[in-house]
Amino acid sequence: MTDGDGRTRGGFPSTRHSVIERIREGDPDARRQAFGDLVESYWKPLYKHLRLTWRLDPEEARDLTQGFFADAFEKAWLERFEPDRARFRTFVRVCADRYVMNARQASARLKRGGANRTISLDFEGAEREVAAVRAAPGDDPEAFFRDEFVRALFERAVRALRAECEGSTRDTAFCLFERYDLAPDEAVSYAQLAAEHGLTTMQVTNQLARIRRRFRAHALDALRAVCASDEEFRREARDLFGMEVP
Amino acid sequence: MSGLSDTAIARLKAAVTQPGVDSDRYTILDEIGHGGMGTVYRALDRDLGREVAIKIPRDAANRTLAHRLTREAQVLARLEHPGIVPIHDTGRLNDGRAFYVMKRVRGVTLREHLQANLDLSERLRIFERICEPVAFAHAHGCIHRDLKPDNVMLGAFGEVLVMDWGVAKVVGPEDDDADPAPVPAGATGPGTVVGTHGFMAPEQARGTAALVDRRADVYGLGAILFLLLTGEEPGSEAAGRIAGRSHIPRALRSICTRALAPEPSARYGSVEALANDVARFRAGQAVLAHRETPLERAARFGRTYRTAVLLVLAYIVMRTVVAFLAG
Repeated sequence: MTDGDGRTRGGFPSTRHSVIERIREGDPDARRQAFGDLVESYWKPLYKHLRLTWRLDPEEARDLTQGFFADAFEKAWLERFEPDRARFRTFVRVCADRYVMNARQASARLKRGGANRTISLDFEGAEREVAAVRAAPGDDPEAFFRDEFVRALFERAVRALRAECEGSTRDTAFCLFERYDLAPDEAVSYAQLAAEHGLTTMQVTNQLARIRRRFRAHALDALRAVCASDEEFRREARDLFGMEVP
Repeated sequence: MSGLSDTAIARLKAAVTQPGVDSDRYTILDEIGHGGMGTVYRALDRDLGREVAIKIPRDAANRTLAHRLTREAQVLARLEHPGIVPIHDTGRLNDGRAFYVMKRVRGVTLREHLQANLDLSERLRIFERICEPVAFAHAHGCIHRDLKPDNVMLGAFGEVLVMDWGVAKVVGPEDDDADPAPVPAGATGPGTVVGTHGFMAPEQARGTAALVDRRADVYGLGAILFLLLTGEEPGSEAAGRIAGRSHIPRALRSICTRALAPEPSARYGSVEALANDVARFRAGQAVLAHRETPLERAARFGRTYRTAVLLVLAYIVMRTVVAFLAG
């Protein structure tokens, strides 16, 4: 059963081609689109990884982030992923680590890097987030990369949700979601939100319940888009969110 | 969009993992807590316009957890007592998991409550209140089997509730001895040997389900009493450790030691017997667990009837002084 927009009733995304399948497709447009999905989900975790785990300065981290994705696209590195050996998320991080090591050893950052092959990314925003990181990655860069991957995934889902709600009847619901669930610190109470929007508390909780279901669907869609297979999607959902996806 | 804060990420993760209740009646709001068996959510009952709590098994694929949750609902349904949280409804999630709806208890766990500086009398009053629903359950053929401070809630108005009947054993015609031991909080799954270390009776920890009877709950209550008296976790040697605490009245130490006896036959035969002994202590009477020396009896008499004893002593002194002055 679907809820009218291609998703199952439980909010799970419908099956679609995996990102690796799409990258491997002969169609250049499909490959470019798949790479776009990958970059959107991975650039910020990778940039923060380079800044905080590798302790690179902002300029070097920016160049290497751009260079990595540019080279990965041109040289088809990610197509070599073998699902039996690691999860795709780990594969991306390990590839990036190797890329940084090689680039530094060759001392050819500017030559190899992305300075002349710019991908438009909001590095200033990412740098503000780096400044706000309270705990350094420490001894577990994989855990740090995973947490930042989730953050990027949720940001993508929030953007999709915002776009879906804008100009529709769900606009108020998104405002409530923004005030309650996206608040950076302590959330307001349901009663306070009700008073602000001229609703009853029950209307607030109902709208929040519905918008959270949509957020869940977008988050799982975003995750599915960057997993290599259905099996990895299920594994990632279990690992990242502790949930079983049918 | 600027980056999401860690607080927002935590809320969004909760939103993603929040189960979808296949019902027009309930809206899940947020998570209240979770344990080895399941997660409890705060939810809104839209029909009645009130907040409730919904308990859902942790793992959709785990049949044992599903069975336990269903049985817990059945146990709660048969136990109507002010000290046991009432169940309102049952249902199924979109993914097939069973859930049940119960009263939302606003309060703190006993463990949290003990952070406050409570006097001995208050601690013992709470203990007696914990015994009441357990004794009631025993009278209705249910043994809790997982009594511990985290499973006792204290409400805003002083009410004491015994929670989490998920591993309760039903005795009598519906005896279910085949059920494995309780699942500890944070454990990986059912069948793990012990529940919370220190609060589980030795025969239960050995996994000998057939030997577990209501005296296992007497042991659990004894461990809770140990915590109430000492402020320490009972551990495996609680009965031995309490004996050396001379600042605790000897009668109370004896009650605790008897409740924590390794052999079930050496414990109180029932929760009522345990609670009655504690009540006797509170009333200044001799307790069954301890045979008093004449000196202890006199001291207890003095404590219990302090005013009368002081009056009599004052009268005797006065008469002595008058007699001396007269002559």
